[in-house]
Amino acid sequence: MILAVLDDSPAALDMLAFAQSLGQQVDVATFGGGDVDDLAKRGVRTLHRITHDELADCAPAASGDALAQLIEHLRPDGVLAVSSDAVTEAMAHAAAIAGLPLATNCVEVTTGEPWLLTRVRGGGMLLEEAELTATPALLTIAQGVSGDIGAGPVESCEVREFFPELTTTQARVVERASRGAGMTLATAPVIVSGGRGVGSADGYRVLEELAERLGGVVGCSRVATNNGWRPHSDQVGLTGTKVTPDLYLACGISGATQHWVGCMDSKVIMAVNTDPEAPLVRRATYAVIGDVHEVLPAVLAEINARSKT
Amino acid sequence: MEVLVCVKRVPAPGAKVPLTDDATDIDTRYLGHTIGPHEECGVEEAVRIVKAHGGSATVLAVGPPEADEQLRYAIAMGADRGVLVDVGAAELDPEATAAAIVHAVGDTSYDLVLFGTESADASHYQVGIRVARALGLPIVGGIKGIDIDDGAARLRREVADGVEVYRLPLPAAAAVKEGLNLPRYPSMPGRLKAKKARIDVVPYTPEPGGLRKVRLRQPNDDREEAIVLGHGADAAPRVVDVLEQIGVIT
Ligand SMILES: Cc1cc2nc3c(=O)[nH]c(=O)nc-3n(C[C@H](O)[C@H](O)[C@H](O)COP(=O)(O)OP(=O)(O)OC[C@H]3O[C@@H](n4cnc5c(N)ncnc54)[C@H](O)[C@@H]3O)c2cc1C
Ligand SMILES: Nc1ncnc2c1ncn2[C@@H]1O[C@H](COP(=O)(O)O)[C@@H](O)[C@H]1O
Repeated sequence: MILAVLDDSPAALDMLAFAQSLGQQVDVATFGGGDVDDLAKRGVRTLHRITHDELADCAPAASGDALAQLIEHLRPDGVLAVSSDAVTEAMAHAAAIAGLPLATNCVEVTTGEPWLLTRVRGGGMLLEEAELTATPALLTIAQGVSGDIGAGPVESCEVREFFPELTTTQARVVERASRGAGMTLATAPVIVSGGRGVGSADGYRVLEELAERLGGVVGCSRVATNNGWRPHSDQVGLTGTKVTPDLYLACGISGATQHWVGCMDSKVIMAVNTDPEAPLVRRATYAVIGDVHEVLPAVLAEINARSKT
Repeated sequence: MEVLVCVKRVPAPGAKVPLTDDATDIDTRYLGHTIGPHEECGVEEAVRIVKAHGGSATVLAVGPPEADEQLRYAIAMGADRGVLVDVGAAELDPEATAAAIVHAVGDTSYDLVLFGTESADASHYQVGIRVARALGLPIVGGIKGIDIDDGAARLRREVADGVEVYRLPLPAAAAVKEGLNLPRYPSMPGRLKAKKARIDVVPYTPEPGGLRKVRLRQPNDDREEAIVLGHGADAAPRVVDVLEQIGVIT
């Protein structure tokens, strides 16, 4: 049996389909929650619902304890989990407790002895082929990976509550604040992003103006963050945010791999750069060769001129 | 406050990530090395905490003898001393890395142990958690804010819909993310101090864990070359044509 650890994100259902495509019976585990009707439609016969009053207010170590206990109890052949930060962290704790290896961010998996897998490194810079020798095999599956639905619908999905005994409860949430509404890098349909080529903090004004005009937000490269031109929350890339807007307009950004992996899944990438050989210029959908501070004002002027007629 | 920061020596590739002929590693002959941005923020935070609360900051790397360079960089940023766990050149799996760190820490007691949330090259997302568990320390990952007061660490992290603050009694550990602070560039006196600083070398023979790297491969990139819309300001009409065509002009 394979245990699929899901959260309530839509991506979790892709992960479930992927787990089912491996050809074994798949049970689901959740930290509370789980829509049994939907799971039955997806061919899941058993939902193991980890239930504990304190779980939501404890540090991820507690979720890891609970998961390790469930794994010990069920003894599955493999545990496949979604790769959200919270679930990955719980899986790492469970692996540490159980003394088992853990392969994170997998995109291809073949069960067996050993399990053969391909995992993503550096946010997509490289793929690693690896062997995982352990039972159960613990893996997290990269976002965006899915499978053909492996199992037809079943009549019903039985819920089995699992009550863990939590010992590591001393680390707790003491404060929660919700982020104000508003567009973020992760949700904006348009990102006007600037790198070293923008030249200064002031230089971003024209990027802001264009972003506003296009209903988007400003992003940046790590050079801009390190120079103190922009806050880190604007940074796109491996150690910043991964973005998928309709349009990523990259101004004065060379396209180092660590930046590229953060923007490569945008629908359209347009690069503005003085250097026609810059890697991002070559890999973009469209490119303009020129100085940011000449091109962007001209684009704004053209948009304004057209909207008047 | 005794603070330990674990840093990894990683290649710093540019636009291409070259592989060795047998495709088991990044070919670093023509590349520089660095410590990952998350860990750099860890070093910066340790230096600030020590400045505010007294004590000292130790940096530790598991890797080849050349990781000396990354430890000295961290010392140039303001850390006090370094520990190099010499395991040779081969990259270790996360269980072996964690065991090497635990071995080197021994019974030294630190009030706070910092890691990156994930290493910049291998992205296993687990070494910090394994070490903290083995040392019996509470840990939370993804941390972008640390306050030390009253025998506890208050750790802030961003979640999908906002922020959460955790309170961990000291001693504790945290796996941090870039954005925690703006790391300083090493000063001239810092660099001089780093040249002479003491680095303890701990030899260690790792036992491999259950995850074995077989080979690396480049993701396929069958993109076509970009369509060049023009040069300088003259390109504006074609740029706006494209913006209209993809429907982003509102
Ligand atoms: C482990 C690790 C993680 C990293 N994570 C990230 C990350 O998350 N995000 C990130 O961005 N980087 C990251 N980096 C850094 C990355 O390697 C690059 O250093 C960085 O992306 C370069 O930023 P840049 O393109 O702005 O600067 P540069 O590489 O210096 O490029 C500037 C570009 O601007 C062009 N230019 C100059 N003047 C003009 C002008 N007037 N008009 C138009 N174009 C102009 C130049 O031709 C050049 O192409 C990471 C590095 C490492 C080692
Ligand atoms: N070789 C190493 N030497 C020192 N610290 C390491 C090493 N590998 C990983 N770490 C630490 O563990 C964190 C998480 O690494 P990983 O589990 O590989 O993603 C890193 O950010 C480092 O702080």
